[in-house]
Amino acid sequence: MNPFTFARATDALDAVQRGALEGSRYLGGGTNLVDLMRETIERPVQLVDVSELSQTIEERADGSLLVGAATRNTALAEHRAVRERFPLLARAIASGASGQIRNMATVAGNIVQRTRCSYFYDHAGAHCNKRNPGEGCDAIEGVHRMHAVLGASSACIATHPSDMCVALAALDALVHLQGPDGRRQVAFNDFHLLPGDYPERETVLRPGELITAIELPALAMAANSTYRKVRDRASYAFALVSVAAALEVEDGVVKDVRLALGGVAHKPWRARSAEQMLLGQPATAVYVEAAARAEMADARPLRDNAFKVPLAERAIVAVLGQLATVRT
Amino acid sequence: MSTSITINGNPVPLPDDPRVSLLDFLREHLDLTGTKKGCDQGACGACTVLLDGEQRILSCLALAVQYQGRAITSIEGLAADGELHPLQQAFIEHDGFQCGYCTPGQLCSALGMEAELRRGVPSYVTEDLAAESIGCSDDEVRERMSGNLCRCGAYNGIVAAVREHHVHLHTRAAAREAS
Repeated sequence: MNPFTFARATDALDAVQRGALEGSRYLGGGTNLVDLMRETIERPVQLVDVSELSQTIEERADGSLLVGAATRNTALAEHRAVRERFPLLARAIASGASGQIRNMATVAGNIVQRTRCSYFYDHAGAHCNKRNPGEGCDAIEGVHRMHAVLGASSACIATHPSDMCVALAALDALVHLQGPDGRRQVAFNDFHLLPGDYPERETVLRPGELITAIELPALAMAANSTYRKVRDRASYAFALVSVAAALEVEDGVVKDVRLALGGVAHKPWRARSAEQMLLGQPATAVYVEAAARAEMADARPLRDNAFKVPLAERAIVAVLGQLATVRT
Repeated sequence: MSTSITINGNPVPLPDDPRVSLLDFLREHLDLTGTKKGCDQGACGACTVLLDGEQRILSCLALAVQYQGRAITSIEGLAADGELHPLQQAFIEHDGFQCGYCTPGQLCSALGMEAELRRGVPSYVTEDLAAESIGCSDDEVRERMSGNLCRCGAYNGIVAAVREHHVHLHTRAAAREAS
């Protein structure tokens, strides 16, 4: 690990002032950043510890939740409002990492965590455009069973590793930011970027900008929602494919649906094509299967990850089928 | 602001170098070698310790300086006055280990897991997310302890020990209420 200085921020403004130093990084629970620093993939000159900033979960009168950025993953999953009103989020968090890591990891840190692509980590032996822009991507011809099938580019096929973020994508969350130029909000679905020609750019965060909170807008239909993760082991493994979904059926017809996929792309993948096809249609297997196929129609699988396409389709059908049965 | 950290009840000064992990601080600076270094990258759970009483964390991914002013309990802090913690006793009775390398992490993790069950923290296998309390089934224990690997494969004994300790806690709580 390279040398760095350590400063504990007293509030968001203090953090942003300290974070203006070039080469500075914000430290949440450290579960990803400390590991990457030990591998010397991340080499900050200063860490600004923001893990003791806001951890409050505010239940607002309009039914929305405002979640402080330093809220630990466990604390969000165990909050009663999340368990009852946003079960897909509680289940997504509970499916990620391990009990120990969920206790350390913050909500903001979960969102800005880096890919677990093994070529990104292999700084001594592999080419990676994320690590060294322009040097090439060894994953494209390499071992890429875990990699992206949607929205990838010739520069990068890495996936975003988070489970929690897949639920946030389905819920149309908002990211609250504070930076040297003031505060702003960004739609969660616009926060992460597809790789394109610049895979080293992963989010719309500007230099020195800090995530201060995540807002979950009120969404009554999210009470009928869930998250399903398909992986190589029963627990403590990254997703091959995951599905976050909420469904509202009235008189046998889809009145509202939210659908997002994990493990398939460089960012949490909001399945808008499938959603649009399902709205107003009968909530039956035939329609759901057609919508799932349509969502995956743009998939461009590689030699070893084509299995993700039918796997994602079947996972969508299974999850929406389960949600349709529960509430009709 | 305090520049110390409390380890097993004793305040000690923090290291000057912020690169020192909580794990290396315990083992190399304080000679508390009960906490084990397995992978040093958050994959195996051997370095699990308890934060502020009952929150299980991985000491390998924790920078010691980040835990300034906080209280850490390592395996050395579990047994009171030379008497084994009831969970340690249960691990012995149920053969919850062979080589013992993962055991300190398993014990700290199981105590943290017990507190999470008590608070109603859901797991991926919890069916009713709105339930007030969650049972300590085999499936729940296996899912919740999945961050602790055991290369000897003593998992069946570990699950049995954790479940027996859970029953022990509840019997004691019921006895307290009855008296």
